[in-house]
Amino acid sequence: MRRVAVVRFPGSNCEEDTLRAVERAGGEAFYVWHRDTGLGGADAVILPGGFSYGDYLRSGAIARFSPVMAAVQAFAREGGPVLGICNGFQILCEAGLLPGALLRNAGLAFTSRPVRCRVEQAATPFTCAYEPGTVVTIPVANGDGRYAADPGTLDRLEAEGRVVLRYLDNPNGSARDIAGVAGDGGTVVGIMPHPERADHSLLGAADGAGFFTSIVAAPAGAR
Amino acid sequence: MTYRVHVRVIPRTGLLDPQGQAVEHALGALGFAGVREVRIGKAIELGVEAAGPAQAREAARAMCDRLLANPVTEDYEIEVEG
Repeated sequence: MRRVAVVRFPGSNCEEDTLRAVERAGGEAFYVWHRDTGLGGADAVILPGGFSYGDYLRSGAIARFSPVMAAVQAFAREGGPVLGICNGFQILCEAGLLPGALLRNAGLAFTSRPVRCRVEQAATPFTCAYEPGTVVTIPVANGDGRYAADPGTLDRLEAEGRVVLRYLDNPNGSARDIAGVAGDGGTVVGIMPHPERADHSLLGAADGAGFFTSIVAAPAGAR
Repeated sequence: MTYRVHVRVIPRTGLLDPQGQAVEHALGALGFAGVREVRIGKAIELGVEAAGPAQAREAARAMCDRLLANPVTEDYEIEVEG
């Protein structure tokens, strides 16, 4: 059993789906408020989707200075597994826990639809339930989803196997079709698609459930 | 004293700026010919308490590096009044 903290920022709006997805996968999940300074002894942390602080200035730019983020930084530095979904991915990039940035979609439109992605890296705490190369259909829902980084960083991500998820039909102009990346230790992961919106056949697809069963299946002492 | 500081944050050259492109097309549609390389950023105005204009500029630079601009994707310019 893995205890998972789901961080709520003002403007988060996917935290309940995320909490329930962890529970459905057999984990124990609880909320942590952005003003909290601890993570309640969690084994893993998820920053959920939404529009923290109204996306003011830049998506994730203000949330990264929330009190709870100091705890998330320390947790990540010790090798604790951290998953950022959508706005959570943006926050992790702004916080410097993941390389690159997420910019306005190339088509300018807010894009909300299922997309096909390939799991490129299954050796992370959030993808270990998938076979490498598995194609999953998971919804994206974002306006600022275009992954960008300088060419040297992109080359390093590719060479080090840190591209975790790649679009088959790039919906937003992301560099090298990147939908998700891992930090240099492989335990911090950010993805733009929302697996918590596709974790049960009642939601139309269960392809995303593996992100949450991975957390529960990963050995607790892995970090 | 309080210095009026103007910060301009602009998407880095070479990065796709879809907002700039959309506005460029719209300007063309309105008949403004010969408009190129439109880029859209942010203007931020600050009142900064500082001992002098150099200190105000230095403070604004630190603010840009930490929060106001994203070092991965944006450049900034600072202008201090007075």
